[in-house]
Amino acid sequence: MPKTKVYVARQEELLPRIGYSVVCGERKIAVFRLSDGRIKALENVSPYRQGPLAEGTVSGEYVYCPLYDWKISLLDGQVQEPDHGTVATFETLLEDGKVYVWV
Amino acid sequence: MTREKLLLIGNGMAGVRTIEEILDRDAERYDITIIGEENYTNYNRIMLSNVLQNKNTIEEIITNPASWYEEHRIELVHHDPAVSLDAESRKVRTQSGIEISFDKCILATGSRSFILPVEGSNLEGVLGFRTIDDTLNMLKTAKSYRKAAVIGGGLLGLEAAKGLVDQGMDVTVVHLEKWLMETQLNEMAGKLLKADLEQQGLKFLMEKKTSRILGDTRVTGLEFSDGSILEADMVIMTVGIRPETALARQAGLAVNRGIVVNDWMETSASGIYAVGECAEHQGKVYGLVAPLFEQGKVLADVLTGCETAPYGGSTTYTSLKVSGCDLFSAGEIKEADGVKSIEAYDGLANSYKKLFIKDNRVVGIVLYGDISEENRYFKLLKQKQDISAFTSVSVLPAGGGCCGGAAADDVTQWADDETVCGCNGVTKGTVLQAIRDKDLKSVAEVTKATKAGGSCGKCKGMIGDLLTYVLGDKVATAPTGICGCTDLSGDEIVLQIHERGLTTTDEVYGQLGFRNREGCPKCRPAINFYLNVAFPKEHEDEPASRFVNERLHANIQNNGTFSVIPRMRGGQTTPQQLMQIARVAEKYEVPLVKVTGSQRIGLYGVKKEDLPNMWEELDMTSASAYAKAVRSVKTCVGAAFCRFGTQDSMGLGIKLEERYEFIDTPHKFKMGVSACPRSCAETGVKDFGVIGVENGFQIYIGGNGGTEVQEGQLLTTVETEQEVIDICGAFLQYYRETGIYAERTAPWLKRMGFDHVKSVLLSAEQRAELLKRLDEAVEGKRNNPWRQVVEDPKLQKDLYAVIRG
Ligand SMILES: Cc1cc2nc3c(=O)[nH]c(=O)nc-3n(C[C@H](O)[C@H](O)[C@H](O)COP(=O)(O)OP(=O)(O)OC[C@H]3O[C@@H](n4cnc5c(N)ncnc54)[C@H](O)[C@@H]3O)c2cc1C
Ligand code: SF4
Repeated sequence: MPKTKVYVARQEELLPRIGYSVVCGERKIAVFRLSDGRIKALENVSPYRQGPLAEGTVSGEYVYCPLYDWKISLLDGQVQEPDHGTVATFETLLEDGKVYVWV
Repeated sequence: MTREKLLLIGNGMAGVRTIEEILDRDAERYDITIIGEENYTNYNRIMLSNVLQNKNTIEEIITNPASWYEEHRIELVHHDPAVSLDAESRKVRTQSGIEISFDKCILATGSRSFILPVEGSNLEGVLGFRTIDDTLNMLKTAKSYRKAAVIGGGLLGLEAAKGLVDQGMDVTVVHLEKWLMETQLNEMAGKLLKADLEQQGLKFLMEKKTSRILGDTRVTGLEFSDGSILEADMVIMTVGIRPETALARQAGLAVNRGIVVNDWMETSASGIYAVGECAEHQGKVYGLVAPLFEQGKVLADVLTGCETAPYGGSTTYTSLKVSGCDLFSAGEIKEADGVKSIEAYDGLANSYKKLFIKDNRVVGIVLYGDISEENRYFKLLKQKQDISAFTSVSVLPAGGGCCGGAAADDVTQWADDETVCGCNGVTKGTVLQAIRDKDLKSVAEVTKATKAGGSCGKCKGMIGDLLTYVLGDKVATAPTGICGCTDLSGDEIVLQIHERGLTTTDEVYGQLGFRNREGCPKCRPAINFYLNVAFPKEHEDEPASRFVNERLHANIQNNGTFSVIPRMRGGQTTPQQLMQIARVAEKYEVPLVKVTGSQRIGLYGVKKEDLPNMWEELDMTSASAYAKAVRSVKTCVGAAFCRFGTQDSMGLGIKLEERYEFIDTPHKFKMGVSACPRSCAETGVKDFGVIGVENGFQIYIGGNGGTEVQEGQLLTTVETEQEVIDICGAFLQYYRETGIYAERTAPWLKRMGFDHVKSVLLSAEQRAELLKRLDEAVEGKRNNPWRQVVEDPKLQKDLYAVIRG
């Protein structure tokens, strides 16, 4: 299926270490700006009880699910030990200061 | 019998400390007069650096207020320097013409800033850094000018420069030598220090000699010997100090660099003594407080006829009061004949250690970055221990066993007569005794009782260790790290926050060596809270460090939706409010409406993006039902309607809620008021519970109706509502200041000891202090967060919007 480029916000509108919820059709996406400026996007659903990851605490390259503290890598969506599973990730794109997600 | 007249000239640190020591030994012996030149009562000069770095206020550094002089019947000739001294006729005259006769006289006139004798040094804007007035002058100048130059990169210069950077100035330190603090540090450490200070915003011009200060009336810049120029609107001279000896010279006393004294601190004139920076003992003049206090003790013994050992000089050490630049140096640190050295540098940790050894004894120490072993090394140096049995590898690291090893660094293993606080000469034994006898629970209390930790503050960590050591049996478990990111306990972190003046989460993570530089959901909110309490004005609350509930001001539910719970003070509501809630619930199709456990109405199952609109339409206040904060006050109907109630429980509940709502606490804080012992509001299991009795109110604290049900303990019975309200505020603040984040009041009370907390809360004086601090801390911060969000479209967009792609 061809991917589409979805506009999220201007880069400076995204606060570091705060998650943003993006809804695109059926898909729920959480977009994060790390403290070093990188932008990452994950499916906004934790594998365990579907916690909204956008509301989680962001630390370095990880987000912690706000409901049960699962630690999830923002780089590859990998759930960290002792829990397990993966969350879908989305590619992001920065163009002229604008942030896009490929969905 | 008339008492002897003792006159002190110089109302500074060494002189007044000597007087305190004399009063301790024999308060009845002398009629005491003090002549002071400055317009302040005795203060802690060391702390001026902290004042400049926004860590203390002037009021906080006054050590003896006017009442102290009155209390000890000391006559203070204030703001009026002594101008002549006649050693024969035993008379002193002051500038305003007052003549004072004495039997014994102490000169403690300290030093003056040394002002470089270059052209332009008398221009406006050229200052020394020595007194409160200098400091106020610097603070004032920093408000209207931008560029500052500090001449001299020693201890004082760097502290001044850091302070001016903290005041928002663009600061350049001009230094003659190749590296900073060249007398205390070697090249390596000096360069590491420079790099760290550059990170903190200081600029440096090294190996520059100032030849001229430019300007007509006010300074405009500096010119150096190489012809180059630096622009500056203010110049601080920190190139050294000169002992103040004018009076002694005029009186004909022997003076070299300082006023010459013998081992009993006596000058060349009998009955006239000198202590402090103005005194020269065996050719040495000291410029740090520790030796001055040692001198003061000897002199106090002499003047009260106590047997004493002669003053034999002091070993000094240096540390810098700039956060993030830990350094320690002591003894001889120059490579010389017969002096060898061991060195270790850890480039990753940016730490550097060097020991100088002569005849198998440590004679000098330079530590930078990691100074955890300063005590061990300093002991080796002071006790002149033979270290020939050890290899360099075993001396340098804190390896167990050898030459005292780790044990020497562990203050709990020290002998009782060893000094913990060098500045104030307080021994381990004195600290331990004070903790035990006076039931002390915090470092601050130990400082108040013993002076240990009150000067440069370097020993606070050890005082903390001694506290844990004594209170160990009362503390159920040894402190463990607050989370996987650190081994430090909440207490230790709070201590370090104060000690190092850390004001942001990033500083805490960096300086306290957290394994995880951005922390985790456990420690981030905790540190954010500790910083809020420690520096209510300076620390800006960090939304990214708040758990989602407190970031969004709504409780997240298990399906990712939120709840909206408006305030109903004291559990009261009105028909209008009920209708409003009903309308909003209907409009937003709220799936569940429920009366909460603390008598509020909650709307559950709300989508995040609907929160701001619902709050706006409700037009009510948040009940903080999601927060680690003062929640709400549950009440019974009481005297208003109940046939048993003697007190107005709803009225008091509302007053308590209004007074304290929105105040952050280590954990949620729930209150209740019942109007009679039937306790229909179940106030015996509240953090703060009130039960009305015939002629007053019983107050229960530390109750918990939660996971571990705990009955509240009866604190006291008071007569008026005002007393209930005040005790509640003091309790809140004490819990805020000493509570570990996420610790409810019941375990907190157990940890602190009920009797201790009781004595604090029932002392009118301490209560007033706590209330004052509470009010200062929450001033301007107790807003209804919902209103803030409703009124701020940016906040709505940043935190609540859902982006539709
Ligand atoms: C900013 C700053 C930071 C410092 N930091 C440290 C530190 O971290 N650690 C450390 O150990 N030391 C530090 N020091 C040094 C320490 O403050 C001094 O060593 C100590 O104050 C000296 O005490 P003193 O009583 O000899 O002199 P002072 O405290 O200076 O007292 C002398 C007093 O005598 C008065 N006086 C002088 N002449 C007369 C006269 N004729 N008549 C009446 N009064 C007179 C002066 O006005 C002054 O008030 C610091 C100093 C400064 C300025
Ligand atoms: S606690 Fe006492 S006054 Fe309050 S409702 Fe119950 S019986 Fe009435």
